[in-house]
Amino acid sequence: MSNKKSECPICDAELILADDTLQSELVECSDCGTELEVVSTSPVELQEAPQTEEDWGE
Amino acid sequence: MKIGLLHSLIRKDEKLIIEAINARPNLELTMIDDRKLTFQLGKDSFNFDVVLERSINHSRALHALKLFESAGIRCFNSSQIALVCGDKLLTSDALSRHGVPQPEVKIAFTETSALEAIEEMGYPVVLKPAVGSWGRLLSKVNDRDAAESILEHKTVLGTYHHSIFYIQKYIQKQSRDIRTFVVGDECIAAIYRTSEHWITNTARGGVATKCEITDEIRKISLKAAKAVGGGIVALDLFETDDGYLVNEVNYTMEFKNSIETTGVNIPVRIIDYVVDSTKGLA
Repeated sequence: MSNKKSECPICDAELILADDTLQSELVECSDCGTELEVVSTSPVELQEAPQTEEDWGE
Repeated sequence: MKIGLLHSLIRKDEKLIIEAINARPNLELTMIDDRKLTFQLGKDSFNFDVVLERSINHSRALHALKLFESAGIRCFNSSQIALVCGDKLLTSDALSRHGVPQPEVKIAFTETSALEAIEEMGYPVVLKPAVGSWGRLLSKVNDRDAAESILEHKTVLGTYHHSIFYIQKYIQKQSRDIRTFVVGDECIAAIYRTSEHWITNTARGGVATKCEITDEIRKISLKAAKAVGGGIVALDLFETDDGYLVNEVNYTMEFKNSIETTGVNIPVRIIDYVVDSTKGLA
């Protein structure tokens, strides 16, 4: 099992991230569904992902 | 060779590209987070040979690409391709100049002239922001009442570029459009995007299924890609009784829903193209 554990900054649920999780990666809280950004992988630090901006896209 | 990956948030698409780079022992990956990036004009020096752009913000991508190029770094896609594809007006202009079939388009700069242009075109029309993606802020305008209301809202509530009115003739689709993926001189994959809604983007719930690449699909896709400058692009095609029309061209293609659907490893093909295009570099 992955050692990358943290808590959702929104609902406090415990999150276990995959070993290959990258800094800046988007993940979703399995409890509250909030999109989170992995700010740091060691130690794991999560924050709510930025909201969609006007020029986001393909 | 050292590849700099320009990014902001890392989505599944970027992760698959990173895996494709890391799978090649001769490639060295440098992550470039556009939120931490700074330039010092005329003095920039970078420790990578090429930049692969995967930024989620068009404005950051466009300007960063331009500055990387000014510092002598080859970029995929180029800032010119980003400039053209990031603006629907410029895309339509490029398609028009190269004789690529597209829906009828009118451009206007004021509410009054936009309304006149819409009435001349005939309802329904689609109003689109020139910059934007994922089907956001598209308006299907069915009559004059709606046109007047939407034009007023865009003028009053929007920033200045919402008053660059991009008016496209509405094309009645058979509940689907086609997304093709072009890498260099090759149309590598295609999907149907099916939805009961008139907006068929997969970001808006459109369902992806495999589309066979016919000669006609290949031909129009390559012609449109060439019109915007080539490179790595994804195109949206409408099917009509008179043939295909190019709706949009995207320069930071999203493909995560299309790999299994098409059986084509799109991120690997992208890295193949970058490597082949830069042979001789470092």
